[in-house]
Amino acid sequence: MIEAVGLTKRYGDKTAVYNLSFQVRPGAVTGFLGPNGSGKSTTMRMILGLDNPTAGHVTIGGYPYRRLPNAPRQVGALLDAKAVHGGRSARNHLLSLAQLSGIPARRVDEVLGVVGLHDVARRRSKGFSLGMGQRLGIAAALLGDPQVLLFDEPVNGLDPEGILWVRNLMKALAAEGRTVFVSSHLMSEMALTADHLIVIGRGQLLADMSITDFISANSADFARVRTPDTEPQQREKLSSALTEAGGHVLPEQDGALRVTGLPLPRISDIAHDADVRLWELSPHQASLEEAYMRMTQGAVDYRSTDDQKAGLQQPLPPGAQPPMPVPGQGQPGWYAPPPPQPGGQPFAPPQGAPVPPPAGPYGAPGVPGAAPGVPAPNPYAQPAPQAPQGPAPVAPPPAAPPSAPSSADLTKPEDAR
Amino acid sequence: MSTPQPPMPQTAAPDRQAAPGAPYSAPGAAYPGYTSPIPVVRTHLGHAIASEWTKIKSVRSTMWTLGVFALLVLGIGLLTGLVVESSDPDLGGESPLSLGFFGLLLGAMCVITLGVLTTASEYGTGMIRTTMVACPSRGRVLAAKALVFFLIAFAVTLVCATLTGFLHVGLLEGHNGKEPSGEEWLKGTVGVSLYLALLGTLSLAVGSMIRHSAGAITIMIGAVLAPLVIALFMFSSSLQDVQQALFEYSIPNQMSIFYANSLSDSGPSGWDPLWIMLVATGAALGGAFALLEKRDV
Repeated sequence: MIEAVGLTKRYGDKTAVYNLSFQVRPGAVTGFLGPNGSGKSTTMRMILGLDNPTAGHVTIGGYPYRRLPNAPRQVGALLDAKAVHGGRSARNHLLSLAQLSGIPARRVDEVLGVVGLHDVARRRSKGFSLGMGQRLGIAAALLGDPQVLLFDEPVNGLDPEGILWVRNLMKALAAEGRTVFVSSHLMSEMALTADHLIVIGRGQLLADMSITDFISANSADFARVRTPDTEPQQREKLSSALTEAGGHVLPEQDGALRVTGLPLPRISDIAHDADVRLWELSPHQASLEEAYMRMTQGAVDYRSTDDQKAGLQQPLPPGAQPPMPVPGQGQPGWYAPPPPQPGGQPFAPPQGAPVPPPAGPYGAPGVPGAAPGVPAPNPYAQPAPQAPQGPAPVAPPPAAPPSAPSSADLTKPEDAR
Repeated sequence: MSTPQPPMPQTAAPDRQAAPGAPYSAPGAAYPGYTSPIPVVRTHLGHAIASEWTKIKSVRSTMWTLGVFALLVLGIGLLTGLVVESSDPDLGGESPLSLGFFGLLLGAMCVITLGVLTTASEYGTGMIRTTMVACPSRGRVLAAKALVFFLIAFAVTLVCATLTGFLHVGLLEGHNGKEPSGEEWLKGTVGVSLYLALLGTLSLAVGSMIRHSAGAITIMIGAVLAPLVIALFMFSSSLQDVQQALFEYSIPNQMSIFYANSLSDSGPSGWDPLWIMLVATGAALGGAFALLEKRDV
């Protein structure tokens, strides 16, 4: 059990962690989330007695780390996989750590087997790949067979097999009754591994709750409703009927509607009463990633901007179109996941539009969001953005009305539509 | 959905109820968590020394610095011995042991480097965080490092200095040299070895305080050479006393005192350099201990 009370750390006038209080309980995997620079690693270092808190305290099993009797037998930690002397072999590295806490040497060979580094045990760790280094760090954490484990970004650099292994390892360790505290940026990984979440942003606690509570508290589940694309008036009709019934309706870029505030059967009933046919009525459960982005959007310290290359561009030849910005650059002011690609739509290149040239340095192919079927994100199709879709049964949807700009998917630039 | 939700205010850690089924327990109680089958022992300095011994012998820099050290001391010793012997000199009652000085003076650089690397390299690689997590008693780690390094440096220097001493005495027999007395042998082997090992331990303490290999090595080599170089340029008569003191207390001169061929007749003599270095090393180690306890790793 890890318990932090009013934990605060200042470096000069920069406050890395402010008044952080939380508990990490045994028998569960607790995820530790936060944007870059939010104080996760500082908190981990304070838990391990490496940094002294400016105020507050943190204890493990009731003791500050530095007063724990034989600490590495009670707490194992992976802080930084690169925190090894590269000139030392994996085995000697672990052996020196084992000797430090009176762990028998054969335990070293055991953990080397557990993490799968048996064959390279006598090689110098300088030549290790990122994934091998990570495995060595995990081996060091497991060395003392401790009841409390801290992992800072354990799956960094691991291959899919390794990620699966770490995920199962965390769960197995927690199932044995150990306390497992894991920080990670990989939301999908956390959603699968963690039972409980502690989220910090700018050094302050944002959330401390179970993962299901976290998702439902920080994201609105919604229903996606699609009316026949051929009859836009039906869409308007349904929108007003749903709004009348107390629902909240937002048009999506591809012509579907996002409905919140109404259960699915009720939406169906309203559509039936309004005599509107439905092509789609599907529940949409928000992901952990979406919930996380929504919560931490105000606490992101390092935000990417568009790469303007101001003053570095070659002057355009007369008559040439300026290149379109590639979707996906820069971080949106707030995050909403792009609507799932409508399945089954045949790929239909806009007819009459020039055939896209092969991928130039800033070409569109392979760009996120420019998947086939999404109408007209192709910058090269700009001269005919409303080109007929040919055999596609779907007419290009009208651009999102300017009255609801926030509903537009801001991960795509406005002018790409 | 349309407007970004502000982060939910969470003023304090929520008072969570233990989830049913989860082996939660009340804070403070001996929680039933996991118990390792591996017996837990009480750790002491001996464990840290074993660990540091593993560390220091498992990196190549140790072998390199000590190898170069042995090469310098024995090689230069052999060369000076042969050169002096071939020129058929008259030693004029000097002890042939004093020829060992040159090799050891250069070898001191290797001892300094190894001493600094023992502590500072852990900061360079980040290994120090792993070490300090594995042993939160920071003073114990530093003590073990200092002890292991001191013993290694002493043993290696003693072997090299003794071999060179025998070499010189053997080569220069019958050149009107003085037969070294027992005390001269002791000072020229054990004394100077203790002095060099202490100098290395001082470097180790400086490395622990500076936490940067190159910086600490530069400081230590400067400390060895700077007083002599500065003294060379003190022409003014008003600075004569300072110049004299710099000469006498410079580390090369202190080393030569072990061979009784000091630059001057005043100043430290006999075993004095050892006590001076002992005090300096003790002070530096004290500072290193205090800083290690106080600073963030």
